Amino acid sequence: MSDPILELSGVHTDIAQYHILQGVDLVVPRGGVTMLLGRNGVGKTTTLRTIIGHWQAKSGSLRFNGTHITAMPTPARARLGIGFVPEDMGIFSDLTVEENMVLAAASGPLEQARLEWIFSAFPPLRTFWKSEAGNLSGGQKQMLSIARVMAEERQLYLIDEPTKGLAPAIVSTMAGALRDLKTRGASILLVEQNFAVAKALGDTAAVMDDGRIVWAGTMAELAGDAALQERLMGLSMEAH
Amino acid sequence: MTAAPGHAPKISALSMTQSIGKMMPLLLVPILVVLGFLSIGSTSSWLTLTVSGLAMGMMIFIMASGLTLVFGLMDVINFGHGAFISVGAYVGISALLALEGWTGAPSLVLNVAAVLAAVVAAMCVTGLLGWGFERVIVRPVYGAHLKQILVTVGGLIVIEQLIQVVWGPDEIFLTRPEMLKGAVTFAGAAIEKYRLLAVVFGLALFVAMRLVLKRTKIGLIVRAGVQNGEMVEALGYRLKLVFIGVFVAGSALAGLGGVMWGLYQEVITAGMGEEMMILVFIVVIIGGLGSVEGAFIGALLVGLLQNYVAFLEPKLALISNIALMTAILMWRPQGMMPVVKAK
Ligand SMILES: Nc1ncnc2c1ncn2[C@@H]1O[C@H](COP(=O)(O)OP(=O)(O)O)[C@@H](O)[C@H]1O
Ligand SMILES: [Mg+2]
Repeated sequence: MSDPILELSGVHTDIAQYHILQGVDLVVPRGGVTMLLGRNGVGKTTTLRTIIGHWQAKSGSLRFNGTHITAMPTPARARLGIGFVPEDMGIFSDLTVEENMVLAAASGPLEQARLEWIFSAFPPLRTFWKSEAGNLSGGQKQMLSIARVMAEERQLYLIDEPTKGLAPAIVSTMAGALRDLKTRGASILLVEQNFAVAKALGDTAAVMDDGRIVWAGTMAELAGDAALQERLMGLSMEAH
Repeated sequence: MTAAPGHAPKISALSMTQSIGKMMPLLLVPILVVLGFLSIGSTSSWLTLTVSGLAMGMMIFIMASGLTLVFGLMDVINFGHGAFISVGAYVGISALLALEGWTGAPSLVLNVAAVLAAVVAAMCVTGLLGWGFERVIVRPVYGAHLKQILVTVGGLIVIEQLIQVVWGPDEIFLTRPEMLKGAVTFAGAAIEKYRLLAVVFGLALFVAMRLVLKRTKIGLIVRAGVQNGEMVEALGYRLKLVFIGVFVAGSALAGLGGVMWGLYQEVITAGMGEEMMILVFIVVIIGGLGSVEGAFIGALLVGLLQNYVAFLEPKLALISNIALMTAILMWRPQGMMPVVKAK
């Protein structure tokens, strides 16, 4: 295996006076999907926000492509090629779908071929191209949030719960788009509570509890061991 | 891979009610104009007052536009904004006094050239002042509202005192350039030329600003930043740089507003900016923090109401605007055109 695209070691993050991340060690291999799993409130979102720089790590180090990014401001991290889809989608509601996409292609104009690819993954975005993003349905907003990260090539994609609260048909649309992204060779760090989706997409997995990574291995290993899931995540996720 | 058929949003129905909701504030201006007409009775007085109100509204808008974006982008409350208005007026009017040869000549070209020179000088100085103000006074207190209020009020007082040191403690009277003096008569009403010019200029500036905000990438970044600054940064844009640019532009616009207001009143004082800030804050609040369109409509409402009420019941002029603010906030607590914040 080549050197990892992202490596966190001993990362601690505070939110206000709370000590949330308590020494996260995480390795994200180059190429493929790494699942970041764990019960609610264990620190998955905080980990992604620390990687993009919305929270500043208090100690520990973050290395991206071998570069130390621990003290780098968010825009600089993004320009190194880290794309981020936040849990709340971060849609600019007063802007049109088109304007959201134009902004997402920060380093140049949107490429037509890429846009066609995005439209084929998310047809409603073509239909509502000129509409205000705030008028979209929840599922369509989620499509737009993924489409934005697809608007240009990124080195690493951080995606936080892309199927949360979506109807089953939209969940499969999302999963299809992510699979498509993966087959193009992308490196993805994905937080996903839908275990079926996690199982279908994940190559490797890391499980968090209480602000730490408590287990890391292959997704197949985790998916094949119900007792391990039960122990790590407190519920049999096969129920999904 | 298509969306479930049942999942298509009722976008037409939604945007219908939404666009009516969004249009409502726009209707308030004509409604106020009609109400003014009904209560004033005389067509000529009404026409004069309406033009004055619109002119005043445009100037307040110019002063308020930067402030609302500064608040929207970085949550910064800047009470020092009034200082830029005063400094702009003093620099601009000094330039005009120095260009007496041009302002006194009965030549429209020379007069306009003098005003333009004054405006450029005022905007350069206040833009630069804004840049320094952001660096020295505002930057250390990001995210702390109480401190922002204290230090920016402090900055305001210091700059006002400095104006008095440089230009002396007394007010300065001035006369407008030759060709901008006097009035035109229309439908029996005498309308000052300068007020008409201020309306046309303010409108042009609003249209230009909207174009920049809607059609340019930097405009997109500003609008997106007002809604969700974190996400704008996650896309790779340096929001802090954008904010500094907006702060400088907003300060320069306040300076422009100061020159225009000075020419309108034909007198300037060190405290003029501070006095205007009451109306400017009302406009920013009723417009919806961060909304340029909202500030524009709010400014027209405030300008019109101020003039109508000053004519009908002079003692109530300022109170009327506070009443307007109360009424609008009871109707829409976030202001007329609130920006949809991410969180
Ligand atoms: N803005 C915040 N202020 C205070 N506590 C927070 C904030 N955001 C998250 N937390 C706390 O941090 C912990 C981890 O949250 P989060 O990273 O969102 O978990 P997850 O994404 O795994 O569900 C939780 O206990 C949560 O309550
Ligand atoms: Mg989360």
